[in-house]
Amino acid sequence: MMESRQLELTVGAFILMGILALLVLAMKVSNLSDFGGGDGYEVRAKFDNIGGLKVRSPVKMAGVQVGRVSAIDFDDQTYQAVATFRIDHRYNRLPTDTSAKIYTAGLLGEQYVSLEAGGEEEYLKDGDQITLTSNAVVLEQVIGQFLYNKAAGDDKSG
Amino acid sequence: MKTILEQVQRLGRWGLSALERLGRGHLFFLYVLRGVPAVLRRWRLIVAQVFAVGVLSLVIIVVSGVFVGMVLGLQGYNTLVDFGAEESLGILVALSLVRELGPVVSALLFAGRAGSALTAEIGLMKTTEQLSAMEMMAVDPLHRVIAPRWLAGVIAMPLLAAIFSAVGVYGGYFVGVGLLGVDEGAFWSQMQASVEIREDILNGVIKSLVFGVVVTWIAVFEGWDTVPTSEGISRATTRTVVNSSLAVLGLDFVLTALMFNK
Repeated sequence: MMESRQLELTVGAFILMGILALLVLAMKVSNLSDFGGGDGYEVRAKFDNIGGLKVRSPVKMAGVQVGRVSAIDFDDQTYQAVATFRIDHRYNRLPTDTSAKIYTAGLLGEQYVSLEAGGEEEYLKDGDQITLTSNAVVLEQVIGQFLYNKAAGDDKSG
Repeated sequence: MKTILEQVQRLGRWGLSALERLGRGHLFFLYVLRGVPAVLRRWRLIVAQVFAVGVLSLVIIVVSGVFVGMVLGLQGYNTLVDFGAEESLGILVALSLVRELGPVVSALLFAGRAGSALTAEIGLMKTTEQLSAMEMMAVDPLHRVIAPRWLAGVIAMPLLAAIFSAVGVYGGYFVGVGLLGVDEGAFWSQMQASVEIREDILNGVIKSLVFGVVVTWIAVFEGWDTVPTSEGISRATTRTVVNSSLAVLGLDFVLTALMFNK
């Protein structure tokens, strides 16, 4: 009897350990504690160039993550990229003239969207569009421009 | 001309026997599945088997998990530090463990540690005619012996894989943060920012569940199908380890292509 009790105890401890490991993976390793996922509202923004922005890239406001990029499409009427952001429902007081910029974390890091609040009294709702956008900085363009300017400067001085 | 015909005939015989074995394996699997509801009511049988395949595999799983995590931390750091990206070490360790190494390595270890033991046990039962004795007493050995062992393997495998991954992450943490001086906050926060619960962790669990089903299935079938001699048992045990390792690696590619192909 004792034997079987001990057996069941160790098996119970093993199963608990496995579940605990799953919980550690869920809570500590993944982003479960971060966002519930489904709830929130979506706003769209059009960019001429989104660079390396990807679905699930973070959307930040004042450096704090407020949502994620949920979809990226291409509008073949205006030849622009349409990015859809899913913003956490806690942050439902973004003015309608909020502007969106695409930045890079570090020099070569991943790209993210930074929102800056405007001064309007009305707030963005589900399905609204952010009209004030600025594009991703494409490193090749910057370098190209720099070289071009430098060459032009050299011409002037020389 | 005659020898060519003979060769063709031999090939045909080989193909037929392989096909027959495959069919037998699947019928066997269906019978075992049919025995599962009855076994669920006698859960003591399963508990004893979970002890044998799960608890007794714990030591090798935990030790390998820690060391695999530590090696990942060390190797990842050496590569990432060249790009000044050592803060991403957490992502590298966690994603490799949760998506691939956790399910695959623990399934390979499980095949070696528990699968071979299952085959040898069942094979010996068959060789010593214990299974026939059960049939004589109107006890179906497929339901009394095989089904609880298979079910225990299916239960134990995902738990072992989860333990492997969790322990491995802490092994990587120990080397990365403890020994090499990666920032602790960045290690965890970058990991949490890019490991997705559904995309990565749930898929890892599904993988290990599939591996558990297949590895234990192969193990109990090889035992059941043993040629009842001592040589037969040794062959069956070898086949279990080889076949289930190959099955795990092949299935892993298919599952990865299905799950993470964006």
